[in-house]
Amino acid sequence: MKINKLILSFISAAVILLSTSVVSFAKVVGDKIVLGAAISLTGKYSSNGVHTQNGYNMAVDRINSMGGVKVGGKTYKFDIIYYDDESNPKRAAQLAERLISQDGVEFMLGPYSSGLTKAIAPVTEKYGVPMVEANGASRSLFTKGYKYLFAVLAPANLYLDVAIDLAVEKNNGKGVTVAMAFEQDAFSQDVRLGVLDAIKRTGSKKVIDDKLPKELNDMAATLVKVKQMKPDVLVVSGHTKGALTAIRQISEMKVDVPMLAMTHCDAAKLSKQHGKNSQYALCASQWHKTLTYKDDFFKDGMTYDADFTKEFGYAPPYQAAESSAALLVFKDAFERANSFDQKKVRDALAATNMQTFYGNIKFAPGGQNVDKPMVLFQVMCDDGGKCENKVVAPTKWASAKLIHPIPSWSKR
Amino acid sequence: MDFMVFQYPMISVQACLDGILLGILFALIAYGMALQWGVMNIINIAQGDLVILGGYIAYFMYLYGIHPAWGVIVSPIIMFFVGIAIYKLVINKVVDRDLFISILATFGISILFMQLMNFAFGADVVLANSDYGTTMLFNNNVVLPNSKIFSAFISILFAICLVIYMKKSKLGRAIRATAQNARAAKILGVDTEKVYAATFGINAALCGVAGALISITFTIHPYMGLPYTIRSFMIVIVAGLGNLPGVAMSGMGLGVFEEFADYILGTEFRIGSVFLLLVLILVYRRFKLSRKREYLK
Repeated sequence: MKINKLILSFISAAVILLSTSVVSFAKVVGDKIVLGAAISLTGKYSSNGVHTQNGYNMAVDRINSMGGVKVGGKTYKFDIIYYDDESNPKRAAQLAERLISQDGVEFMLGPYSSGLTKAIAPVTEKYGVPMVEANGASRSLFTKGYKYLFAVLAPANLYLDVAIDLAVEKNNGKGVTVAMAFEQDAFSQDVRLGVLDAIKRTGSKKVIDDKLPKELNDMAATLVKVKQMKPDVLVVSGHTKGALTAIRQISEMKVDVPMLAMTHCDAAKLSKQHGKNSQYALCASQWHKTLTYKDDFFKDGMTYDADFTKEFGYAPPYQAAESSAALLVFKDAFERANSFDQKKVRDALAATNMQTFYGNIKFAPGGQNVDKPMVLFQVMCDDGGKCENKVVAPTKWASAKLIHPIPSWSKR
Repeated sequence: MDFMVFQYPMISVQACLDGILLGILFALIAYGMALQWGVMNIINIAQGDLVILGGYIAYFMYLYGIHPAWGVIVSPIIMFFVGIAIYKLVINKVVDRDLFISILATFGISILFMQLMNFAFGADVVLANSDYGTTMLFNNNVVLPNSKIFSAFISILFAICLVIYMKKSKLGRAIRATAQNARAAKILGVDTEKVYAATFGINAALCGVAGALISITFTIHPYMGLPYTIRSFMIVIVAGLGNLPGVAMSGMGLGVFEEFADYILGTEFRIGSVFLLLVLILVYRRFKLSRKREYLK
């Protein structure tokens, strides 16, 4: 009995010793730069998690096949260790710890969604691990003074303020009346703050300000108010379920409003699920394939769209495009830093000023990308019921003319 | 505070009708819950997930070009057997244990269903379009989507059929007998095991109907089940077990209350106010009970 115990304790001691000594594999092994990422491959964010992973993988393959990353006269290739965070913030934070302290990863890519990025950022910050993220847009990520967090995307408060500007422009520069319906989550509330700023700036007036519940699947009450108050603009943000619910109920209740602006239209596959009923909706997007930004790896949006579709069998949503851009940023920073020292890479990231197929990238001190405006596209359908998203604002990238005001339901 | 609802009387009419139509649909789910709670003493946390699964059946019919309204026939049939299977695999092992065990078991089923649905159908929010159009009332001031009217009509139809079935059929009588006193029913020759399985199957079938209707009127998503469980739980708490008119009234009452709370207090207080009402009702009930107890003393 005693001997058994002795053997057992010996084995456990050996296991503990081994497990601690395995720690800190080099993060740059041979000719590989190993990045770490916790991504939602299961759970409620899994669709967008997969888009993110596909975007990362596509960029890794492309960069590696086109010569890799040159640091100190040597060529390195990217490799990514993925873990599934199950769409759970706690799990994401644990996995970030594991990637850094067990797998020895020194550079991280972001997860999907603001919530999970918020969970991971304190961990990467604690260890001084530079993280380039492509899917956390919440404003609160950039006000915490994080030094190692860099986001290639525009922050959430810039999603829909373009729409208010557009409505004011159509109203000959005079203020408009705005109805707002936003889900009560960090992201949508940030979008709301941006809209409120725009309302103040343009001398507009908010007439409805509804906060929708997280399990939102009915906004009939808000729409009844909209029918009664007849605002110039209706803005809705509630992830994919918000976009789908809004279009379903607006069409069923025949709500006439001159301008309807939303988020998450392409993630919701709005035009596919609702067909002609989604026509004329304005949607905020981080990226659109028709934008004319260029880089050496993916050429431009149209080429990226074609290549991605060929590889994965579906057209890339902006979540995939921005994820690919994150790798381009890392490559650029490694080459400029000419080192794998985390601090040097961090400083190089902070000094980023480049153009990618996804847009210009330049980070503010808070870590958000300030050099890439949001675009608005409008769902436009032909007589056969085939719908397409066309960029209508900002004017510089517009590929179609905005249809305004939206024709009333009785004439559609 | 906003008193728009009183300034424009048509909004009150709209709120009432919206609340009633919504309430009827919720009452159908709640009735299933009340039935199995009454008969088997099981609170089914997976109720909402069964609803969503029913919704996916209708959605897939829609994807393959069949009108989703047929889902109200196909979905309950499939869900009935799903219900029986769940009973045979899990529920029959917890049916005579205390309530806590059954809550844990059904909570586990709920998580399993969510993950399986996510795995099988993906995490996208989906819906089925019925293209039923809209009914305009009172000079176009009140709008009712026909899909909601259809949902309420089908819910009422199923509820009536169920009541008749419970009253007239042999199995219905056996279910009611088991609900009253399982032991006595067993002694008198009722196969309670079969009754339990059938009850769980009927509940799942009702969830199937409701799910098909929800895919037509709202949206479905693997993780959207819990709100339906909570809502039906509340309706049952307010109405009590085994009384269908009570469940229907409480469903509609909560629906209308919720709509008015939305207009008057604001959308952000919509769900909170329903919970507040629930607490008030429970406190009132307790107060009434304690008075009765004093009287008995």
